[in-house]
Amino acid sequence: MNTFGDPTVWLPFVFAALMGVSILIYVVLDGFDLGVGVLFPFAEDDEKDRMIASIGPFWDANETWLVLAVGLLLVAFPAAHGAILTALYLPVAIMLIGLILRGVAFEFRAKAPPPYKRLWNNAFFAGSLMTSLSQGFMLGLYVMGLDWTLAHAVFGVLTAVFLTVGYSFIGATWVIHKTDEHLQRKAVGWAKGGIWGLVLGIGAISLATPFVSARIFDKWFSFPEAFYLAPLPIASGVLVVWLWAMLRRMPFEGDRRSWQPFAVATALWVMAFGGMAYSFYPYVVPEKLTIYEAASAPESLFIILIGTCFVLPTILGYTVLAYAIFRGKATELRYD
Amino acid sequence: MDTLILSRMQFAANISFHILFPTITIALGWALLFFKLRYSRTRDERWMEAYRFWVKIFALSFAMGVVSGITMSFQFGTNWPGFMETVGNIAGPLLAYEVLTAFFLEAVFLGIMLFGASRVPNWLHTTATFLVAFGTMMSAFWIIVLNSWMHTPQGFEMIDGVAHATDWSAIIFNPSMPYRFFHMVLASFLTVSFLIAGVSAFRWIIGGRTEGVRVALKTAVFAAAVLIPVQILVGDMHGLNTLEHQPQKIAAMEGNWETQSNVPLLLFAIPDDAARENRFEIGIPNLASIILKHRADGVVPGLNDFVTADGEVLHPRVAPVFWSFRVMVGTGMLMLLVSWGAAAMMLRRRRGVDGLPKVMLYALVGMSFSGWLATLAGWYTTEIGRQPWLVQGVLSTKQAVADVPAPMVLSTLIAYLVVYVLLLGVYISVIFFLARRASQGQPLGTGIEPRGAKSTHALPAE
Ligand code: HDD
Ligand code: HEM
Ligand code: HEM
Repeated sequence: MNTFGDPTVWLPFVFAALMGVSILIYVVLDGFDLGVGVLFPFAEDDEKDRMIASIGPFWDANETWLVLAVGLLLVAFPAAHGAILTALYLPVAIMLIGLILRGVAFEFRAKAPPPYKRLWNNAFFAGSLMTSLSQGFMLGLYVMGLDWTLAHAVFGVLTAVFLTVGYSFIGATWVIHKTDEHLQRKAVGWAKGGIWGLVLGIGAISLATPFVSARIFDKWFSFPEAFYLAPLPIASGVLVVWLWAMLRRMPFEGDRRSWQPFAVATALWVMAFGGMAYSFYPYVVPEKLTIYEAASAPESLFIILIGTCFVLPTILGYTVLAYAIFRGKATELRYD
Repeated sequence: MDTLILSRMQFAANISFHILFPTITIALGWALLFFKLRYSRTRDERWMEAYRFWVKIFALSFAMGVVSGITMSFQFGTNWPGFMETVGNIAGPLLAYEVLTAFFLEAVFLGIMLFGASRVPNWLHTTATFLVAFGTMMSAFWIIVLNSWMHTPQGFEMIDGVAHATDWSAIIFNPSMPYRFFHMVLASFLTVSFLIAGVSAFRWIIGGRTEGVRVALKTAVFAAAVLIPVQILVGDMHGLNTLEHQPQKIAAMEGNWETQSNVPLLLFAIPDDAARENRFEIGIPNLASIILKHRADGVVPGLNDFVTADGEVLHPRVAPVFWSFRVMVGTGMLMLLVSWGAAAMMLRRRRGVDGLPKVMLYALVGMSFSGWLATLAGWYTTEIGRQPWLVQGVLSTKQAVADVPAPMVLSTLIAYLVVYVLLLGVYISVIFFLARRASQGQPLGTGIEPRGAKSTHALPAE
């Protein structure tokens, strides 16, 4: 049979790609607003208000990408969804409680009686931290093949810390873009302090994966693949150096290039993610279940795909609209 | 306690917490659109005053709905993997359409609705408000389609133990969907009517007698008075539909053990599952037969028909279904009484809100969250009444549960419960705190007013 025309082959692939893109958009978008939460203790009270204002109109839509990613996993690869989430039961619960805390703290800190504001600021920080740490831990455990052993848990703790620092880094680049004056300078400092989390995180995962699985090792270190893939790490390295050089001289006259750190951070994220996707393909549960084995029935996937083709461009369109409406420096958030 | 029971408790806790907030946002979105349109039409400040107060409650409720909803979408995988493995081909597309057509719509336009008023033209702000309201309605639609399909499944075939869709329109328009959807949407509008009426009455009592409070209170009371009879009618039709498709659930709701004619409507009883009989029955003769079959000698199915020859029980536990049904209907009757009473007092000599005596105002305050009570009781009737099935006749609950150690489920259950109880307390007290602030004429400030922020491109405020 003609492989391309066989829906049991291309549909799972398309859905794996869609899911990958959703996760990627999620880690960049919610990454920055989680990062802002993680940076909260380093800011003064009025700066906190401004940081909240910089993510206020967006955070809800950002989290919806998580719902979409999990939703796609659920609907397109039901068997994998069960296997992954039952293995990650505890970190998932911690993440969910973290998400609950930060989501409601966002509202309550502005609406509860003033004496409680500090409490809700702390809840916002704690929720963001719980979420970032548990996501990092899950990433580590996933990379290690979802088995709970002591060594894997230790690796998970490492990735938890790295991802959290990485999120606070991208959060800082967002604050650089959305604010000015004192807070902006402060954020430049945060970004310089946070970049190592990203570097170590990417490094640790890149080093660990090939050694966990011989299959992944072969994918990266055999000829000629190694040759084609070489630009990926090299480009990442160049970007990191460029970013560092830029941050050292920020902020620039007249707020020029304030968007660039965020853009470069995003690019780094994309490359790291691309590398991981390459390593794990075609597995959705590492080394156990491929996307082809885990996929739903083609008729069902097809129904979803039709909707997606119409709806996804629309979503992207109005997401861009929202970012355009709230472009520029963050100002106070008002309901009227 | 084993994993099954704990997982069920956890699911029930999570969904009960979640449903509280959509119940408010589904209708409050439309209420806000109504206030906004009235204002655009009449340029009467009091509509805007009502809008400004209630949009804050909306934002609060929406956030609670979103975060608890995210928990829901993970639940299927963490606790009920068997569900998606068996009926994923049907549940999947329905959930996917909910995310795609509803969640993103709400989430993106929510930002514009809440914070965009001074940045976008008035028409775009009104459109955003509409799209958010429409989005919440779409969420409710898709999820109710799925839930109804679990009660009255059709349009599929089983191949190797896995459901495959054969007819999507049969799946979407399954027999119980229209009833459940309308009943739920009405429940949401009633919940919001009583919430607005109750909080406005509270503000009125403590002296915040502004024009905005007056219109909100009046609108809410009349809305409730109009909607509640419709809800009772739809509820009755919903019950008749259930009788046709899930007779065992109706038998449990009525506490009727033997299939027989002239069944009384029980007002009180203690159903005893072990002895398979009721104790302390008090009932109105023949009324259940009349309601369900429209004849005093109509035959109503009994629970004993749903026990197999080898003793396996295929009906739900009776007491919870029996009682939660009574709580819902009782609350509905109370709503009828209070809303008609208040409406009549307001119409008498056309005195409006000034015609309401203190007791009536206090009664309205007391009913602020009656919608929640009825809604939860209704869902408990529906969901517990479906047991032991998860998908009626297709998949039983115990087949779907995850193989997670019980202590793990227990510990997360406790953590969720602690968080939920705290948040619920804070949510309710913040609503009344805002009401008190507003009554004292203090700004409700969003509190987010950074010093030194300068707008780089302020658009003219509308
Ligand atoms: C404000 C809320 C509210 C009020 C006042 C009522 N209900 Fe209700 N009821 C609901 C809110 C609700 C609900 C929460 O929305 C449920 C759960 C599932 C559903 O579709 O609606 C429900 C379920 C439900 C069911 C179960 C259907 C099934 O799944 O088999 C029946 C038979 C009724 N209702 C009947 C009534 C009657 C006769 C009422 C007359 C007073 C009534 N309801 C008032
Ligand atoms: C519309 C979406 C819904 C879906 C897909 C759904 C699905 C489920 C599932 C998977 C279970 C687990 C089986 C079990 O615990 O026994 C369940 C049970 C339950 N659900 Fe729902 N449900 C929905 C709505 C609701 C709502 C809104 C409520 C209440 C507010 C509710 C209340 C319950 C309760 C109380 C149980 C436990 C029943 C028992 O343990 O006997 N459900 N439902
Ligand atoms: C098992 C069942 C359910 C799941 C998995 C679920 C999932 C979710 C999720 C993930 C969100 C957040 C969306 C966002 O990011 O904006 C959400 C919100 C919402 N849900 Fe649910 N939900 C369930 C049950 C229900 C039920 C029973 C209803 C109502 C009938 C409902 C109505 C809504 C509405 C109207 C919203 C948007 C408004 C709000 O957040 O308050 N959901 N749900």
